[in-house]
Amino acid sequence: MNRRTTRRRTIAALAGAAGILALTACSGGSGFSDSTSTAQATSTGGGSLRVLIGSSGDAETAAVKSAVADWAGTSGTDATVSVASDLNQELSQGFASGQPADVFYVSADAFQGYASNGSLLAYGDQLKAKDDFYPTLVDQFTYDGKLYCAPKDFSTLALIINTDDWSKAGLTDADVPTTWDQLTTVAKKLTTDGRKGLAFSGEYARVGAFMAQAGGTMTNDDGTQATVNSPENVAGLTYVRGLLNSGDAAYAATLGTGWGGEAFGTNKAAMTVEGNWITGAMTSDYPDVKYKVVPLPAGSGGKGTLQFTNCWGIAADSKNQGAAIALVEHLTSTDQQLAFSKAFGVMPSVQSAADGWKKLYPEMTAFIDSASFAQNTVNAKGASDVITDFNAQLEGLAKGDPQKILDSVQTNLQAVLDQDK
Amino acid sequence: MTSLSSAPGRAPAGTRTGPARRGSARGPSGRQGAAGWLFVSPTLLVLGLFLVIPVVMAAWVSVSDWTGRGSPFASGVSYVGAKNYAALLTGGGLATKDFGTSLRNNAYYVLLVVPLQTALALFLAVIVNRRLLRGRGAFRTAYYFPSVTSSVAITVLWLFLFSTSGVVNGVLAWFGVHGPNWFADPDGVLHLVLGSLGVDTAPAGLADHGLLGISWWDWLAGPSVAMSAFILMAVFTTSGTFMLLFLAALQNVSGEVEEAAVMDGTSGWQRFRFVTLPMLRPTVFTVVTLGLIGTWQVFDQIYTGTQGGPAKTTLTPAYLSYNTAFNNQQWGQGAAIAFLLFAIIVVVTALQRLATRDRAVPRRRRFRLADGTLAADAAGPGVQEGGRR
Repeated sequence: MNRRTTRRRTIAALAGAAGILALTACSGGSGFSDSTSTAQATSTGGGSLRVLIGSSGDAETAAVKSAVADWAGTSGTDATVSVASDLNQELSQGFASGQPADVFYVSADAFQGYASNGSLLAYGDQLKAKDDFYPTLVDQFTYDGKLYCAPKDFSTLALIINTDDWSKAGLTDADVPTTWDQLTTVAKKLTTDGRKGLAFSGEYARVGAFMAQAGGTMTNDDGTQATVNSPENVAGLTYVRGLLNSGDAAYAATLGTGWGGEAFGTNKAAMTVEGNWITGAMTSDYPDVKYKVVPLPAGSGGKGTLQFTNCWGIAADSKNQGAAIALVEHLTSTDQQLAFSKAFGVMPSVQSAADGWKKLYPEMTAFIDSASFAQNTVNAKGASDVITDFNAQLEGLAKGDPQKILDSVQTNLQAVLDQDK
Repeated sequence: MTSLSSAPGRAPAGTRTGPARRGSARGPSGRQGAAGWLFVSPTLLVLGLFLVIPVVMAAWVSVSDWTGRGSPFASGVSYVGAKNYAALLTGGGLATKDFGTSLRNNAYYVLLVVPLQTALALFLAVIVNRRLLRGRGAFRTAYYFPSVTSSVAITVLWLFLFSTSGVVNGVLAWFGVHGPNWFADPDGVLHLVLGSLGVDTAPAGLADHGLLGISWWDWLAGPSVAMSAFILMAVFTTSGTFMLLFLAALQNVSGEVEEAAVMDGTSGWQRFRFVTLPMLRPTVFTVVTLGLIGTWQVFDQIYTGTQGGPAKTTLTPAYLSYNTAFNNQQWGQGAAIAFLLFAIIVVVTALQRLATRDRAVPRRRRFRLADGTLAADAAGPGVQEGGRR
């Protein structure tokens, strides 16, 4: 018995010692405890740059690699591109270790978290072309009054129509819906046995467009008050609920498809609400489907759509911030952005490239035209859980009560906004 | 205890009295002990580096306001007490509700997977243990195969099998059953059953009260249709592993015992129930314990398959912990969920150990039967044994 207890004590002591060792080792040894990095002086320590991207596919990876290689060739600073399989996770690892990549993609919903904990360098004011970015995109990446992160590119939602189905249903160009009532009518006409008129994903990132068309927003202008359960948003959700219950529209998941593009490509739906990334999927997966893109119809509150964007972040811990800013300057330049557009279809974040994009994709001008009335998605720190919860509730919208759903989201979002203050 | 008490017997001569024995035991431990520490040091180092330090770090993060930048032990990070735990357990906000939902989902998962996989594994092991079975090797390999395959690959396979127009629904259609849209159906199975009995709205008593932000009615939802598909998958993949454990134990049951039982005139079922199964008791304990621990930690299927959807009905504490930390950047809360999950696993395993601990049941029962008074009280299976005796 005695022996056992002593042994136990030794083990406990050892474990304790290891714990203390761990504590001291980490608190003392780490050279990155200077977390007062709001200092805006940019480091020019030299050395090569590491670029971390979350790629949509080979086309994007190749385009970014060649653009970065071009810059490295002319600037004389080495730069390597690596592709993250889970961008948020790899970024977090980098920030926690104190050795993040120098330049990287940042998604809109993760942006405020990284900006508020000091991981990002607020370099926006040093960009020469700052005023060329779309103002709403600059809003999305502004934190505490400072632009932290140059918008990389953006996407908007539009209505995608299967033109064969359209003409078979006896519809012409004059019937392209510009109001909710017209959308309801054409959805009904396009619905056949085994095909819905309209399908889209049952999530905020699609359904929210209808709330925007009703004139609703998720927060007030300065992002301090949640305005989720406004009468406008209720009107938007009520319209979507009516569409779903009419039997002429359905969520993509209820049709057994993963997203609107799949429902549309497999002709389980004649129309869908999607962003410009759908064009890549149509070319590669459903090359035979003919379609056209029109702006989303206006609702009770006028025209509205959602826009999605991400940005080029630079690490506050980067050793060579001067070179990193120069690289971002190159990557967001008008010509380079048009080259990206050509390679993988994204829309440039600078207004001076809009005409070039329209020339590149004349049949898809609806996407870039929608930029003038597009609404940003919620990006408050901690809001992604609220949106996940909203999405979960939207899945049951057909049987649910719009007011009740929005009330609960209002409470959750307000709690998050209060916490961020 | 037996091994401990026999150890001193092997100690060198002249170690009769207690203190003297300890003193002389310390003698050789000077050099032998050093050698011993030297030999275990690589393991200790690895354990310390990859287990102790991360656990200590995570424990600290769970009670700190670390924001994910730099070391959690840096000067700017401060202690916030049980705030993160409180937000999960008593906060009443979204965090509490998500945690409650994930616990409910996982509880149903555990409740169904553990008994099913144990029973199936035992069943398969008994079958492939038969000497008369032809091609036993082939069957053993086939049943074990799903365990060897990566869970990610199986999840993808499952997503295809259980899609709306997938194989499973195709087979169901042969029997005139219109299969559900498996991975997109958030309806709870118990709610569906109740709904078919005409109870489709919550009674006020259940709807108005609840635990962890979830009403009792929602606690009673049962696993969603989507979660049921994951439950089937877990049973399919893990029963092969446990079959192997049962098989090893079955091979240890000597033929004589079986023969003796045959001579006693027992039927096949009696032999299994009263001879084989009691001898497998330690293995059953192992399998159930491993099952309980494994099923509370379900993550990869959710991460690759549904990411918690539809309507959060496949959200599990392990996935919620990951999501809270990495996607929502609430590092403290994410770590707190991990520790709560750890506590749950420890408590559940301890309870299970308590419930199935090896009581000396037969001896006591015999004693009481000899007593002649309590024979009728002897529970269940004992009656038969006693009667025969």
